[in-house]
Amino acid sequence: MTSNPIKIKVQNVTKVFGKSKKAIQLLNEGETKNAILKKTGATVGVSKASFEVKAGEIFVIMGLSGSGKSTLVRMINRLIDPSIGEVFIDGEDIVKMNKEQLREVRRKKISMVFQKFALLPHRTILENVEYGLEVQGIQKETRSQQAMDALKLVGLEGYEHQYPKQLSGGMQQRVGLARALANDSDILLMDEAFSALDPLIRKDMQDELLDLQSSMKKTIVFITHDLDEALRIGDRIALMKDGVIVQIGTPEEILMNPSNDYVERFVEDVDLSKVLTAGHVMKRAETVSIEKGPRVALQIMKDLGISSIYVVDKKKTLLGAITAAEANQAIENRQGLTDILKEEVTTVSPDTLLTDLFDKVSTASIPVAVVDETNRLKGILVRGAVIGALAGNNQDINQIHTAKSEAAAGQLGKEVKITWNNGSRNSQ
Amino acid sequence: MEQWLPKLPIALWVDDFVNWLTTNLEVAFDGVTIILESVVEGMVAGFGFIPSYIFIILLTLIAWKVSNKGIGLFTLIGLFLVDNLGYWEPMLETLALVLTAVFISILLGIPMGIWASQKQMVKNVVVPVLDFMQTMPAFVYLIPAIFFFNIGVVPGVVASVIFAMPPTIRLTILGIQQVPADIIEATEAFGSTTSQRLLKVQLPLAMPTIMAGINQSIMLALSMVVIASMVGAPGLGADVYRAVTQIQIGRGFEAGLSIVVIAIILDRITQNIGKSKKQGGTF
Repeated sequence: MTSNPIKIKVQNVTKVFGKSKKAIQLLNEGETKNAILKKTGATVGVSKASFEVKAGEIFVIMGLSGSGKSTLVRMINRLIDPSIGEVFIDGEDIVKMNKEQLREVRRKKISMVFQKFALLPHRTILENVEYGLEVQGIQKETRSQQAMDALKLVGLEGYEHQYPKQLSGGMQQRVGLARALANDSDILLMDEAFSALDPLIRKDMQDELLDLQSSMKKTIVFITHDLDEALRIGDRIALMKDGVIVQIGTPEEILMNPSNDYVERFVEDVDLSKVLTAGHVMKRAETVSIEKGPRVALQIMKDLGISSIYVVDKKKTLLGAITAAEANQAIENRQGLTDILKEEVTTVSPDTLLTDLFDKVSTASIPVAVVDETNRLKGILVRGAVIGALAGNNQDINQIHTAKSEAAAGQLGKEVKITWNNGSRNSQ
Repeated sequence: MEQWLPKLPIALWVDDFVNWLTTNLEVAFDGVTIILESVVEGMVAGFGFIPSYIFIILLTLIAWKVSNKGIGLFTLIGLFLVDNLGYWEPMLETLALVLTAVFISILLGIPMGIWASQKQMVKNVVVPVLDFMQTMPAFVYLIPAIFFFNIGVVPGVVASVIFAMPPTIRLTILGIQQVPADIIEATEAFGSTTSQRLLKVQLPLAMPTIMAGINQSIMLALSMVVIASMVGAPGLGADVYRAVTQIQIGRGFEAGLSIVVIAIILDRITQNIGKSKKQGGTF
């Protein structure tokens, strides 16, 4: 993950609608958007935006309407020409390209999904999905085959001869997605792609996108005004306000370390239980090796003042749990740990969202174990710490400490590596 | 009134211009005259070759197929009435004149509309010219038309084209420009060339609107038949004109009624051509 090449690099891109020369000059002098509008009548759409998107990453650009996010994404494939600045796709500056070169990039490298679907009403679903291939002059049979494959991916097999009007909104956007996928381009620009759908369908589509992404590894730039959506699907998020990128970071960074008041107000209503995971709130697990006897186990529990302990092997693989009472009895009956081991314990994976583990935590008689995919014990969930994290208490949230210290060192905006988290999404 | 500015000699300029055109472009005008004359006459001869009852049945079937049973029935009765009243031959002449004028309107108007829809500059020039064409009284350009094309059916066709072409151009521009911006954006985003965008997206989506424009052109061309008859164009218009000058009220009504019948048939058929295709599709 860390060595992925940079796919899209946006550098110092500015878009001014109207008399741009004077406005750019004022912008360089540090004038605000409103002041420039008053003085020149020109609107600053995007102001000096810079960011990089790595291959295989979902990069979310988030902001309220009028923040310039739609303008920014359109400058990546030059549906809108930047007033100044550079946009590199695979290292090539597309701002400098002529019409033919740009067309070639749009055909082969970048596909786009639109908020209002933008399907061609006079064409069947299949013909719609074929469109991108058709303009490249690809043979009818080949392109139909590729289009059908794309339709299968989004679960719309059997609808290929219908017209867009005959499909529901959610299905129409699947067609939009299939049309973008049919081209097999590396980059997917999604402009408020799910915003026109109702909340339940939107969630389904988000899940499906993540699902598709786990196998296809596209580079996705996703525009949204919905913070929950951004947090759900974004590997990294750029927050925009008045044409300026205010903060770039992972969802955790944005939530826990808002770079200014604006971001803070934006994120204060977020339901933390849908963002924080078991990995965030777990505590170090006290364990006893299976080779030790019940006496040792009891001694450890006594020292720590706990009533139960997890038993692991040499590789830290979770074998089960024992309680203090059971250990006492084993000593009396001269049994080993294996004899009293309770193998059925509740476990969760580190990337389980808090909202999904309330039930387990509240009913379990001993702290719930957090294990990785090879059943190695990573930590335990203590009720107090879970509640503390939900209350926004940073001391109860693990990885945030590192994020914070790095932010303090002036590194905010660059990706902070969180080892278990990076792999987790793709392993779902 | 005080003459602080001498009267502009516009009349003189126009006279000079028309004179210049007649002398310098005589060959071109003669060529146009010969072509249009043979087209209209050929069409009349062709139509006339078909016995009236077969013609009636054919048109009835077309009207029924494109539109509905009611329009089919109207076509049957209406055309039978025209034949019965003895206006069959003039009706064919009128039909030929109108179809020729509309054909030329489409031939010139749609490309012009497409061009104007793509380039704002062109549109800025074309639209005022269209206003001019539609509002300038037809008699005004009928007179120079006689100079250029002699008396007969050709100045009639030309006058009809000038009057009937604007809606085709206007509605072609409108139809293309009202294709939603996000659809245009999508075609751009997938790397369409200008002609791919036009042929695969804009024109198909603009088709119903363009058809409405053609329908309007047909109606306007029909409304010109009486005026065209004043410069010697044959057909139902000539019968109306004759009836007016001789104060034959009854005959005038008969000829007028025949024009109405033709108008309704052509209107209903062309109105439905755009709609009948692609039921699941567009609008």
